[in-house]
Amino acid sequence: MFEYAPAPESRSVVDLKPSYGLFIDGKFVDPADGSGFKSINPASEEVLAEVAEGGAQDVDRAVRAARRAYEKVWGPMPGRDRAKYLFRIARIIQERSRELAVLESLDNGKPIKESRDVDLPLVAAHFFYYAGWADKLPHAGFGPDPKPIGVAGQVIPWNFPLLMLAWKIAPALAAGNTVVLKPAETTPLTALLFAEICQQADLPAGVVNIVTGAGETGRALVEHDGVDKVAFTGSTDVGRAIARAVAGSRKKLTLELGGKAANIVFDDAPVDQAVEGIVNGIFFNQGHVCCAGSRLLIQESVADRVLESLKRRMAQLRVGDPLDKNTDIGAINSAAQLARIKELSDAGSAEGAERWSPPCELPDRGFWFAPTIFTGVTQAHRIAREEIFGPVLSVLTFRTPAEAVEKANNTPYGLSAGIWTEKGSRILWMADRLRAGVVWANTFNKFDPTSPFGGYKESGYGREGGRHGLEAYLNV
Amino acid sequence: MTATATSARSDLSELGRSETALRTFLHGLPGVDQVGAEQRAAQLGTRSIKTTAKAQAIDLAISMVDLTTLEGADTPGKVRALAAKALRPDPADPSCPHVGAVCVYPSMVPHVADVLRGSAVHLASVATSFPSGQAPLEIKLADTRAAVEAGADEIDMVINRGAFLAGRYSEVYDEIVATKQACGDAHLKVILETGELATYDNVRRASWLAMLAGGDFIKTSTGKVPVAATLPVTLVMLEAVRDFRAATGRQVGVKPAGGIRTTKDAIKYLVMVNEVVGPDWLHPDWFRFGASSLLNDLLMQRTKLTTGVYAGPDYFTLD
Repeated sequence: MFEYAPAPESRSVVDLKPSYGLFIDGKFVDPADGSGFKSINPASEEVLAEVAEGGAQDVDRAVRAARRAYEKVWGPMPGRDRAKYLFRIARIIQERSRELAVLESLDNGKPIKESRDVDLPLVAAHFFYYAGWADKLPHAGFGPDPKPIGVAGQVIPWNFPLLMLAWKIAPALAAGNTVVLKPAETTPLTALLFAEICQQADLPAGVVNIVTGAGETGRALVEHDGVDKVAFTGSTDVGRAIARAVAGSRKKLTLELGGKAANIVFDDAPVDQAVEGIVNGIFFNQGHVCCAGSRLLIQESVADRVLESLKRRMAQLRVGDPLDKNTDIGAINSAAQLARIKELSDAGSAEGAERWSPPCELPDRGFWFAPTIFTGVTQAHRIAREEIFGPVLSVLTFRTPAEAVEKANNTPYGLSAGIWTEKGSRILWMADRLRAGVVWANTFNKFDPTSPFGGYKESGYGREGGRHGLEAYLNV
Repeated sequence: MTATATSARSDLSELGRSETALRTFLHGLPGVDQVGAEQRAAQLGTRSIKTTAKAQAIDLAISMVDLTTLEGADTPGKVRALAAKALRPDPADPSCPHVGAVCVYPSMVPHVADVLRGSAVHLASVATSFPSGQAPLEIKLADTRAAVEAGADEIDMVINRGAFLAGRYSEVYDEIVATKQACGDAHLKVILETGELATYDNVRRASWLAMLAGGDFIKTSTGKVPVAATLPVTLVMLEAVRDFRAATGRQVGVKPAGGIRTTKDAIKYLVMVNEVVGPDWLHPDWFRFGASSLLNDLLMQRTKLTTGVYAGPDYFTLD
């Protein structure tokens, strides 16, 4: 046997303070009522830092700071000068990427190989990409002189803390807006390190404000009168509440919500690569991915063969310490999320689906869930309809391309889909019919700042990324 | 072996009798998506192998080296020196394992045989008009027989790439069958020359063709064309031997050759073997490196691990 010795990434690159304030108007300040919460490492349950809980008063302060910066500094600033700041931020992110990656893995639980090889390169790429747009907005297709909207209130989830921050802040700033961003309560630390990077880059005070807190803080932000634009990524339930809160106001809104994506494997698919795509589709980031390929649709004639290969591959997945460079699957982000995954998985068993996980030892402390597949799933099962947001795959079969389309579209969501076939014409035929914002062909979970991303139906509206992503932050 | 497992096995031995059957089978294999295969190979290459795992990997890699010289300038003196190194790669450290085999041209086999006699190091010879294979079949077979008679117990043959690319699969198949026969008891490694086959689909088909025809090992390259062994090509070949064993019950070895020069590279291959086909192949009987300069880098890293310091290149023998 060839056992890999532990290969932990060093924690010493991260210099964590015992407590963090709110980042408002270029400075870290204490919250008005002095309350706070703890951010823990989900792999060990140790407390990483104490973080301020922003209340309505703090949100008000932050929005006022953002308004001042918008009117006095950032709004009037020529695009080429805004670009200089964004390029500077992008370069600092690259320089400090190891530190950011380690902190992301500590606070979120995702394996270091993903924060190092996926999250951080994409974060920097997003800032570089939108920095390039800042002085070229007249050429973006939104008229000769498109104007920013004003102050953006942005609420982001815990699954890709820093990447979602980049998706929100980079286009907003490039277009000339200022922002107040609320990171998720379980993963606020990289956003606070990003605030330090804004200071390091000499970004004018008030252009970026970070207000940490939970749901109430987010509500105060999206409901604040001084906010011109609301951008939210997270669950469909919260997205609905935000849409109601914003309805009838002047606020523009973009929502990027849940998904229950179909990953469709045809009988002529390249099997070994399709299996990699299935694994990447559902086990990447512990399945905490809104566009995860959580419903596997296999053509019935190759179902046994594909499942056999999939199970063999799953047995190779290494679950454990997120900071070990050889870990494939890290910790579930929180006790609450773990409870939800367990609840839905138990419902899958209770409803008669067959559950399988490879033998794997889970650590005693922290929040863990073994990679799991359910076979014999039908459209009527809860695990085929509800978003689990964990490393749990529901396997269904189909007979014809038309049936595959029908089953894939038979969900209230419509964020992404995957197609595996060697036949190019079938890929195009399917892509025309799938109601999903992103359709991947012979690959899955591929992201690029130049490519727009967003959903149909209850997966939200608006697009992030690419030229399209600018629209949400321009007065068009 | 249970009865069901045996009956589930396919009998593929008849395929070689008909060009049509062979073509239908090879073209019916699942395709390889180039982007996906290269991405998987790259991901396996990011595994971090440290401390005890690295020490284990280095010793395993040394034992898997087919120490090779295939030059027009090879002389008895040169190949004897190489054979001596194969037996004792690190004269200063008797705990260092010997390599898997020495690999030379047929005319050099007797000189190597003198040195290796009585040892566990195998003697491999390239044959069948290596490296191009562009000679009449009779000459290729005579080449093979001569090498075996001179003492080679492993034969590295080249497939007829011209026939393969022209779609004459039976011709390639029959040549491998005939060469295997000419080998007698010697093990047959079939060189696909993947750099000339160009696509991963071709690599997968050629791998199956070589295994169906009776090859004991499939090998990537001669080392004589610009593109030699790569991680994605080796990945596709490993998947082929894995699937072939699942279908027929027979295990076939894999040998990447050419261009593997560093310990870091060798470890990436071992990780790939470990995760794609599993520990059954982590043995010199089933996995080899066709290489020459790789060995000294392995020895240098081995010394670094045991002593904690890097020794200069002059502390390792040049042969």
